[in-house]
Amino acid sequence: MSGFDQGKGSDVLDTQDRARFEQLVLPHLDAAFNLARWLLRSRADSEDVAQEAMLRAYRFFRGFHGGDARAWLLQIVRNTCYTWLEKNRPVELMTEFDEELHPQPSTSPESLAIAGENRERLTRALETLPPRFREVLVLRELEGCSYKEIATITAIPIGTVMSALARARQRLQRTLTHASAQGASR
Amino acid sequence: MSCDYTRTVLHGYLDGELDATRAAEFERHLESCRECAVALGGEESLRSSLQHSALYESAPIALRKKIRAGLDAATAPAPSLRIPAWQWIAVAAAMLIVASVSWYAWPRIQNSASSSPFTAAEVIDAHIRSLQPGHLTDVASTDQHTVKPWFNGKLAFVPPVKDFADEGFPLVGGRLDVLAGQNVAALVYTRRKHIINVFILPTKEPDTNIHPPGLRQGYQWRHWRHQGMEYCAVSDVSDSDLYELAQLLYQ
Repeated sequence: MSGFDQGKGSDVLDTQDRARFEQLVLPHLDAAFNLARWLLRSRADSEDVAQEAMLRAYRFFRGFHGGDARAWLLQIVRNTCYTWLEKNRPVELMTEFDEELHPQPSTSPESLAIAGENRERLTRALETLPPRFREVLVLRELEGCSYKEIATITAIPIGTVMSALARARQRLQRTLTHASAQGASR
Repeated sequence: MSCDYTRTVLHGYLDGELDATRAAEFERHLESCRECAVALGGEESLRSSLQHSALYESAPIALRKKIRAGLDAATAPAPSLRIPAWQWIAVAAAMLIVASVSWYAWPRIQNSASSSPFTAAEVIDAHIRSLQPGHLTDVASTDQHTVKPWFNGKLAFVPPVKDFADEGFPLVGGRLDVLAGQNVAALVYTRRKHIINVFILPTKEPDTNIHPPGLRQGYQWRHWRHQGMEYCAVSDVSDSDLYELAQLLYQ
């Protein structure tokens, strides 16, 4: 893992740490929950995991030496999510990220516009993507993270964030066109 | 798919992560590549559906409460102040020393009648920062009717904007700045090629006169409060010039 020193997490934290944590890290609870929800695809599990991650972040807090608190927290959230997935749903993690992609079927903006604006449909499409595609999309499009932040959080080299996003978007486009084609033929 | 750009650079462009040269290069390419133009349209539409379909899920209130309880449990309680009576004198002396040391170490821009919400160091730093290339103004205009509306919606208050070109202090623009963690308006005036920053933020404190000048690192400042606004003018011009501008602003 790169990016931030997560420390040993063994210090006893005092009221001053608590105040600093409330100020710097706690405001990113929504970001933590949203990432967990999309990685785990379940609100109930995400509550548990986000809580665990937040308390872990607190224990490691003395290892946080300033900088991007959101990226630091999301890195811990992501790790906690993957640990949870390995334990509870190992099959989901087996999809290879670097698979060769097939040429994109021509997707017109019009067909996407019809497919879009539809929360259910987008949710289903996102949830069928492998977690490593899903997370870069969620971080970029929902959380508004920069490439640098995405690299920090997901531990992929910054030079590959762009191609990771390109592949993730292509997969999502394909899933959506597929779904709308199936819906139309029914 | 034949165009390599579609697969990679297009996404950096879409995300605003290309440097200026590569972005310009891609825009030139876009004019001649139909495939990229169509793909970019598709990606923009996908982005817009992702961002406008309420997919973001905020943390439930119950989770917030549970986390606070967990943090409480993991925090050592504040040490209680049970100090024998005879030690109080020592404690009081120590506090006095700390207070006086911090008083000298962090001089507030103030006199005994009133204090300002930011330190001299913060104001000087903000002034020096503004002198770095490209940092001086967000809106460059000598027209007060351009500068004033520019602040609309950027701040929770309306700073008074006046040009004093006729008096020898032409307005050159304005920008947003942050002082002591608060958003402030900064008006930029010049005086014979010297830059003067006037920081303005709202206050609930009563009006004051223009306070005596402060000097630090070769920069002068003047601070005052007038009609619900806190002002601090900083520059390397002479204090008489700074005072003149302060008086113009005070009217």
